Amino acid sequence: MDFGPYLLLALMEGTVMAAVLALTAVGLSLVFGVMRVVNVAHGEFFMLGAVVAWFVTHYMPGPPALAFAAALVICPLVVGGIAALSDTLILKRLNYDPEATIVATIGLSYIFQQAALTFYGPDARPVEAPFNLRLQLPWFGYSGYKIAVVLAAMLLLLAVWLLMTRTRAGLIMRATQLDRNTARAFGINVDKVYAGVFALGAGLAAVAAVLIVPIQQAHYLMGHDPLLLSFIVVIIGGLGSLRGTLLAAVIIGLSDGVISVFFSPTLAKILATLLVAMVLVFRPQGLFGAKP
Amino acid sequence: MTKLIGITPSRRSLLKGMAATASALALPGFVQAQSSAPIKLGFQLHRTGIGAAYGRWYERTTQAALKVLNDQGGINGRPVEVVFEDDGTDPKRGAEVVEKLASQAGCDAIFGPLFSHVVIGSAPRAGELKVPYLVCSEGYHVASGKLNRWTMQPGITDVRAQVSSMAPWVANNLGKKVTMVFPDYAFGHDHRDFFTAAIAAQGGEVIKHIAVPPTETSFTRYLPQIPRDTEVLYHVMVGPAVLTFVKELGEFYGSGARPEIFGFIDSLEAVDTAAPGLEFLEGTHFWEGHCRVKQADASEHETFYRAAVGVDDNGASVSDAKDVSTYAHMFSTWETLFLIKAGMEAAGYQGSADRQKLIEALEAMTELPESQAHPQGSKIFNGKLHQVFGRQNISKVEGGKLVRVHQTTIDETMYESDVDYTAMSF
Repeated sequence: MDFGPYLLLALMEGTVMAAVLALTAVGLSLVFGVMRVVNVAHGEFFMLGAVVAWFVTHYMPGPPALAFAAALVICPLVVGGIAALSDTLILKRLNYDPEATIVATIGLSYIFQQAALTFYGPDARPVEAPFNLRLQLPWFGYSGYKIAVVLAAMLLLLAVWLLMTRTRAGLIMRATQLDRNTARAFGINVDKVYAGVFALGAGLAAVAAVLIVPIQQAHYLMGHDPLLLSFIVVIIGGLGSLRGTLLAAVIIGLSDGVISVFFSPTLAKILATLLVAMVLVFRPQGLFGAKP
Repeated sequence: MTKLIGITPSRRSLLKGMAATASALALPGFVQAQSSAPIKLGFQLHRTGIGAAYGRWYERTTQAALKVLNDQGGINGRPVEVVFEDDGTDPKRGAEVVEKLASQAGCDAIFGPLFSHVVIGSAPRAGELKVPYLVCSEGYHVASGKLNRWTMQPGITDVRAQVSSMAPWVANNLGKKVTMVFPDYAFGHDHRDFFTAAIAAQGGEVIKHIAVPPTETSFTRYLPQIPRDTEVLYHVMVGPAVLTFVKELGEFYGSGARPEIFGFIDSLEAVDTAAPGLEFLEGTHFWEGHCRVKQADASEHETFYRAAVGVDDNGASVSDAKDVSTYAHMFSTWETLFLIKAGMEAAGYQGSADRQKLIEALEAMTELPESQAHPQGSKIFNGKLHQVFGRQNISKVEGGKLVRVHQTTIDETMYESDVDYTAMSF
């Protein structure tokens, strides 16, 4: 294939990855920013989103597009509900102690994974895309659905940004992030905010999974890669910084696309991990993180 | 005093004598219990992990075979039990499962694993425990001679035999410039090495090797590496993402020009060939160990086997048309179970002390005619290589269904080798 089309394909693949990664990583970053919880179970929330999407589309009568739209609404709600429950039942009782929450979320991740294995089974199952459109470029064909994923992810990210900067809920979250005790002194119910933020973070991972599941398939082990990549993105962008997370997702997504296509996907992962190491050595707070 | 010890019975020799008498008294009862007690076989099953789709059907096939076998009177008149144990398609767990089945469950022999990394990881432990380990794996690792006297593959032809017998047909009917896409581990490397050599022997050439990690979930990024002058795209993929791979291949070529496509059905096992997004497969070719769609000339044995396992004429479960089987591979578990029966009966197998006799009896086997025990077709077993050889099928997708267009002979699958497991010690 010639260089031009080759690069175009690489960039398209990279953009799809960046979009999904941004959604997933923003969830992780939000949880860390507001709650100071390193959520190791984030990848499993992603997996749960995909698995619930399979159940919804499988049992929902009517055309695939309608079932898919239902999944887009139901999955984040269900997964967010599970997250809020885990927060209230477990994380809150640990007083959000950083070490204890890491161990607790590792435990949660195993519980979710094994629950999926028990109730959903070990198979990879496909979810039908809401529409079957293929773009035929002169050099190669491309899935129209992948383009739709990018657009949907951008809309969702815009909504998150508006939520955080333009609404009262966002104001409360930012206030809690800034100083938990002062926020409480001003009558903010911090427990509720934490449960809400944890649910929001998990819901974002779930919605990213619903978008990706017609491209890949729902499988109980699919949470590993999103977790690793989200951590890479969040560390590079600066823990807790939404702007940094977005920028890092674009950098990692596009470079992964380009390096994977021109060289090898393994090399792309190696370089991303190396970049994390470099950031940790030379700029530990990340590109946009506040200095400690 | 020292002399006295020799004359008067010591405490130890007295105890030994008592034990010997007791066991001699118990012997008749013991022998009788042995000869009517069930024979226990262990099945190392990929119930979870990346091999789960195969595991589901391997279990069903084995259960069906077991029922037939027990209805026919079991082995040597003794009923047979199969203990299924999940290995998570993980080599480390695989070795533990072999240990558990042999030592804890007390199985007389172990069979069933498919994924080559699991087989390679587990076989040494089977050798140490001296338990017959009969794999259903396709990989060349058995016939290569790198495993041990206790490991054999009597139920399915290996990759080397498969690809070298089909290379002439590919070169003559599809094209000579081949690009290969394969999973980057033992099984894929067998494909790479032997197909590359086999097509070269036909005057063809592999112009590009594209290795994909077996856990990969996204494939579009690999596809631009396919050179434009490729005449035949050869693909073989495994794991939960196989459907994604084939779909993305279809999206990539779209309605534009594409090379001929020759795939191993592994890329589509347990996947419906008529699934949305797979329309581009029309007119492409697949290797099948056993034809998924019931062919017009299906034998009575094939029909019996299909009904016993519960597979419809399209290769899906009779109870759920969406539950597509791993038909091209799963016959190997059926045939292996019946071979264990034949081997144990030939060896006069009584109990685990006769495990070595079982291996020797299996090594002595040669021709395995098509029968209820061998529904995939006649086979020839090579005791020195510990490997069986059988006919291979090439099918074409016509109207969304796989229709056989070519079948190799058994002779075409045979190759020269100086491996001799029978010269190895137990």
